[in-house]
Amino acid sequence: MPQVHDRGGWPNEDPIDQEEHNLSDWERRVDAMHNVLSEKGLRRTDEMRRAIESLDPATYEACSYYERWTAALEIMLLEKGVITREELDGKFEEIRNRV
Amino acid sequence: MTIPETPGNGHDGHDHEDHPGMAHDEEMGYYALRARAMEALLVEKGICSPDEIQGMVDRVEARSPADGARVVARAWADPEFKALLLSDPEAALAQLGYSLPVTTPKLDVVENTDKLHHLVVCTLCSCYPRALLGRPPDWYKSLAYRSRAVVDPRGVISEFGLDLGDDVEVLVLDSTADLRYLVLPRRPEGSQEMTEEQLAELVTRDSMIGVTNARSPQAVGAG
Amino acid sequence: MNQGPTSSGGESARFRAGDEVRVRVDNPGGHFRTPAYIQGQAGRVHKLCGVFPNPESLAYGGDGQPAQPLYRVEFSQKQVWPEYRGPVSDKIHVDIYQHWLEPV
Repeated sequence: MPQVHDRGGWPNEDPIDQEEHNLSDWERRVDAMHNVLSEKGLRRTDEMRRAIESLDPATYEACSYYERWTAALEIMLLEKGVITREELDGKFEEIRNRV
Repeated sequence: MTIPETPGNGHDGHDHEDHPGMAHDEEMGYYALRARAMEALLVEKGICSPDEIQGMVDRVEARSPADGARVVARAWADPEFKALLLSDPEAALAQLGYSLPVTTPKLDVVENTDKLHHLVVCTLCSCYPRALLGRPPDWYKSLAYRSRAVVDPRGVISEFGLDLGDDVEVLVLDSTADLRYLVLPRRPEGSQEMTEEQLAELVTRDSMIGVTNARSPQAVGAG
Repeated sequence: MNQGPTSSGGESARFRAGDEVRVRVDNPGGHFRTPAYIQGQAGRVHKLCGVFPNPESLAYGGDGQPAQPLYRVEFSQKQVWPEYRGPVSDKIHVDIYQHWLEPV
């Protein structure tokens, strides 16, 4: 049984949905954070792929593209000790209460 | 190695069932807030500045299929450039004045002919020649495309409006490792008299992925 | 940081264009770049793409050494997918690192 990200040849009859969605600002910034951290040597493509692959299958399938990138960024930043879970949860609550 | 628990995996009370923010276009959903919190912390800790992030957004936005189209048009117009593009893409791009970011993965260019049609996919994630085409389209990243492109390339291509006869060999490239593939589409018939700038108008993003051919001069009103 | 091809310090290339190879069947239990559908399949080396740090090490903070030759390997679609709808001449190319390949 292949892992959830390893999609080649999975039974799938869905037509290819050619509609584009407009990127939200947060999606552009997540994309940019990955690139900036990459240039600073704080993020590697293979680390990021591995982080995405570590999502549980249901989350992987339910998440949009940049939601997966966000989850992967969190995994990498916590893992490298760049930020702590407490800091992130605290900041998350602070921002949520503000908006 | 232990992987920290992730948001949305159901163990930390942030199961996506509870978060309407899973809707992809909801501006301040769970992941949008999570991303904003990470950005705020990165800035507070002096790891990067908001300007750096915005600068990167702008750099990424600046890349688009128009870049790839310009390269393809030059290759159509100049056989020597085409030969270089196929054998040493980086050198060819340098000739056109493109300086690729140091983090750019290695690029390879494959040529479509009347007997051979390439189609590019990444079944494992979303590997794509971003340096030349910008961000990949949504469909390229979709589970349907990643599943079907390898096993039913002709069906996928026909959904994009191109029916290839059995005399054309279809060659799928699953770009899952360190190479990024750009398809050099066939030069359309009736384009002999066109300038390089006009030729570039015929080159679509999709034709450089291989799900379609380039547009005909008639289609852009130049025929 | 550039994880591009390296010219030194890697494994030397065991295969050349035209060599018959088979993809190993394995699940090393972590990150790897060899799709499941191509494992166990026999194909032919199309070309050597370069020598790259091993992603199975890079993914966990390792140095990627020894770097691995990366090959574009050609397979017959009819052989990979028994139900394949298309002529026998149709092909698929997959980029595969040397340690996933064995000679046929």
